[in-house]
Amino acid sequence: MRLAFVLGEIGSGLRRNLSMVVSVILVTFVSLTFVGAAGLLQLQIGQMKGYWYDRVQVAVYLCTDNDTSASCASGAVTDEQRAAIEADLRADRYVESVEYEDQETALTHFREQFANSPIVDSITAGMLPESFRVSLVDPEKYEVINEAFSSKPGVESVSDQRELFEKMFTYLNLASVAALSIAGVMLVCAILLIATTIRLSAFSRRRETGIMRLVGASKAVIQLPFVLEGVIAAVIGAVLASAALWSTAHFFIGALARQYPTTAFISSEQVLYLTPLLLVLGALLAGVSSLLTLRRYLKV
Amino acid sequence: MMITFDNVTKLYDRKSRPALNSVSLDVDRGEFVFLVGASGSGKSTFIRLIMKEEHATRGTVYVAGANVARIPSWRVPRLRRGIGVVFQDFRLLPNKTVFANVAFAMQVIGRSRAVIRDSVPEVLRTVGLEGKDSRLPHELSGGEQQRVAIARAIVNKPGILLADEPTGNLDPTTSLGIMKVLDRINQNGTTVVMATHDDDIVNAMRKRVVELRSGKIIRDEQEGIYLGEPAPDREPGNGRLESGVSE
Repeated sequence: MRLAFVLGEIGSGLRRNLSMVVSVILVTFVSLTFVGAAGLLQLQIGQMKGYWYDRVQVAVYLCTDNDTSASCASGAVTDEQRAAIEADLRADRYVESVEYEDQETALTHFREQFANSPIVDSITAGMLPESFRVSLVDPEKYEVINEAFSSKPGVESVSDQRELFEKMFTYLNLASVAALSIAGVMLVCAILLIATTIRLSAFSRRRETGIMRLVGASKAVIQLPFVLEGVIAAVIGAVLASAALWSTAHFFIGALARQYPTTAFISSEQVLYLTPLLLVLGALLAGVSSLLTLRRYLKV
Repeated sequence: MMITFDNVTKLYDRKSRPALNSVSLDVDRGEFVFLVGASGSGKSTFIRLIMKEEHATRGTVYVAGANVARIPSWRVPRLRRGIGVVFQDFRLLPNKTVFANVAFAMQVIGRSRAVIRDSVPEVLRTVGLEGKDSRLPHELSGGEQQRVAIARAIVNKPGILLADEPTGNLDPTTSLGIMKVLDRINQNGTTVVMATHDDDIVNAMRKRVVELRSGKIIRDEQEGIYLGEPAPDREPGNGRLESGVSE
């Protein structure tokens, strides 16, 4: 009975304040979309880093059978060559640690990173080079390792993984910050708008709440309809934001992935990881701001 | 004792004179008390203190044995469930029917649908509104609207009924009808405190009269009459005073 009553109150409150409720929905929708966009950029950075990025700095790729580069003219790396390279790496004073990645492991990591890319099915373990993943005592000393190892027999190439991505990550991080700043401003708007809506709603229902107080309704029964009104509007906004992010990711990233098959992209399913976050954020936002407003404008 | 005021003073702000000034009063269970006095004499403050709508600046208010000042805010609703209130302006919800207005008071404290279906028609009969449950407030006369307000105030069976100028907006005949309803409720065991400056009613009812002037009790009589200033020698039932004359 109490639940049915509270639901009825929420329904009439939403109807009575329809235009304000719609504006709350829209503002939370836009602000949470920006929050979500920042989240997506971070997910994308994570995706591009792949398995090794945060663990090592330098990759020493070894020759494979069908390697066409000049340094691999003598064919695939031999066991002796591999052992010699590893021994040299371990002996080097600039090297902190060395990990070996065989072709099967390379394929596993590749599949993880490119799970959303069409090229994943056409790659086999034989096509991927074995490698030593090296972390340096001082990451700036990449050149030393490059000079020492790139000409060794059996080494296809030495590459600095960081240099490759650092610039792009800088841009992506900048974009995240920009999205978050816009989101911040919009969230302030959303909070103020929710506060105003709740205030109006409390004012337009002051007769009801006055009578509720007189006959001894509990604080929860009086305030809950207002709080839930705000929360419902904000949650609808969050759902819209999730839908917008999902469709953006679906169409936009889908097109990008076709155009740049060698870049790892997030999938539109990963957007759904953000949905609970946005829902909780929206609900929390509305709940807290309406409770604070009610403390001021609704005497209980 | 149902209501006890022990040396209660209420100051709304420091500069002006107190709304109530060292008021001490006992109201017994089942009593009917008229609280008379001019506007601004402290009648409404008295009622608001019982409801814990205001806090006494000094002194103590007891309702049904409990010190009102000691009731924590989350228990205040329970205090108010034991008190029904009626106002001069009825305070009905204009878009709800008579039945829904009365049922509202039960819904918001979580009474079940079955209990509401049983209690509302019964209480509407008590106040003399049988057959009008589906009317809207604007379709009713003032007297009928006040009956709805009374029904709403007593539907949760409070031990105390507070009425703040319940007949202030009604003509004398209608007022008498309302008084009959209040008297019937009082006969059923509910303590009634009614603030008024309607001398005809006070004189006709012959109940206990407590007169306030400038926040002080200046008179407390069993079976009292209304003594309007400046006519202290006025006979009971000797015609109707214009409202507000008594200051």
